[in-house]
Amino acid sequence: MKYLAEFSDPVLAKKLVDQIHATVTKPWAMMEVCGGQTHTIVRHGIDQLLPDGVEMIHGPGCPVCVTPLEIIDKALEIASQPGVVFCSFGDMLRVPGSGRDLFRIKSEGGDVRVVYSPLDALRIAKENPDREVVFFGIGFETTAPPNAMTVYQARKQDIANFSLLVSHVRVPPAISAIMESPNCRVQAFLAAGHVCSVMGVSEYPPLAAKYQVPIVVTGFEPLDILAGILRTVTQLERGEHVVENAYRRAVTDEGNTAAQAMLSDVFETTDRAWRGIGMIPRSGWRLSERYRAYDAEYRFQVRDIDTEESKVCRSGEVLQGHIKPHECEAFGTLCTPRNPLGATMVSSEGACAAYYLYRRLQTPEVVSSVG
Amino acid sequence: MEIREEDGTRMGMVDFGGVLKDVCLAYLPDLEVGEYTIVHVGFALQRLDEESARQSLALYRQLGALEEEFGDHWGLAAQQAGERRPPGTEETMT
Ligand code: SF4
Repeated sequence: MKYLAEFSDPVLAKKLVDQIHATVTKPWAMMEVCGGQTHTIVRHGIDQLLPDGVEMIHGPGCPVCVTPLEIIDKALEIASQPGVVFCSFGDMLRVPGSGRDLFRIKSEGGDVRVVYSPLDALRIAKENPDREVVFFGIGFETTAPPNAMTVYQARKQDIANFSLLVSHVRVPPAISAIMESPNCRVQAFLAAGHVCSVMGVSEYPPLAAKYQVPIVVTGFEPLDILAGILRTVTQLERGEHVVENAYRRAVTDEGNTAAQAMLSDVFETTDRAWRGIGMIPRSGWRLSERYRAYDAEYRFQVRDIDTEESKVCRSGEVLQGHIKPHECEAFGTLCTPRNPLGATMVSSEGACAAYYLYRRLQTPEVVSSVG
Repeated sequence: MEIREEDGTRMGMVDFGGVLKDVCLAYLPDLEVGEYTIVHVGFALQRLDEESARQSLALYRQLGALEEEFGDHWGLAAQQAGERRPPGTEETMT
């Protein structure tokens, strides 16, 4: 694959690491927003190559982790109804709701199917006109345009047995919420590159100015992350706080305007609860009035459900950067990727799963390396 | 990669390092055969700009080149002053 190997080159990585060490004179704490970046950082041990005192705080950018429990419970409710084909990305099947998960519904005979793209779910709806096909539409600004296009196509092609259970979330309001939380330690952000591929960078300068934090748009390969960190610490050391784009090969200033147009046609912003974090104003998208007929919450009248979060799980604190995953008592014992107690242990983008996969294997003698 | 219309939507075959996948190109209406793209859940979302990729890599290479040319300032300065290197710079020696 083009430009994957190049951006993992260990020789160049060493140069960037050296440059970071040469730049830093004080301790700094910065947050990588995106779970994909968390995965790369933990996998390659990038946080352990940084100068003492420079800390990476893992952000809430894992779509599986922040999908509210209430929506998971609604999904479980809909998926267990007869005549329904419930389609989802694979990661969502293991996310614990109040007491069960989609996998359990499937093993008990529910028609729960894993799809690769929302268009697959639309195709299933076309092929099964006598069934109700529901797609679980979760994710950030990167997954929202595909889901918007799918609903648009359903309407255009008059496919009436298709609907979307929507729980989309937006990054900029989350950055505000993090900066305004009382014990916030974050001094800079690595912004999620793929979100910016779609949305461009225009939402960030007001945030950088208001909270006086550097925001550096960053990609996902080891060199991308190191370059993002280098630019961030350079700004911090100089006392600057501007938006920089360190992922120019995939992010233009204006983003993907065709996708943005579709988003504003199909969705409208709404307040949304983030699992483990709570309500963040204007942080979500739901289907707009004209597409209400395709909204599974209306179609299935999922009644208000009493939700019950695990008493042991501390994923809320993990998601807000207050604790690291291994500081949770259940980590690796009661809670593992095979038997997750919290959503952050489910997807490989979740901080608990990333630590379980890569950190657990390390002994103090093993020095991690980039590349 | 090949491009075609399906239900009035632009679709294309994308090569993921040997694995072929059918991808919706509606959000990149001017993507052409031979270009690189970021794909997410079956949708092409942004083209990959080869020129920028090359520039970034060239920049990272230069970082080291400068250091090799001028040597390790901190180490040199500290040595001359007979002092310890400033904190955070210990690792810069190559
Ligand atoms: S290790 Fe498991 S129980 Fe602990 S915070 Fe993470 S997901 Fe929750």
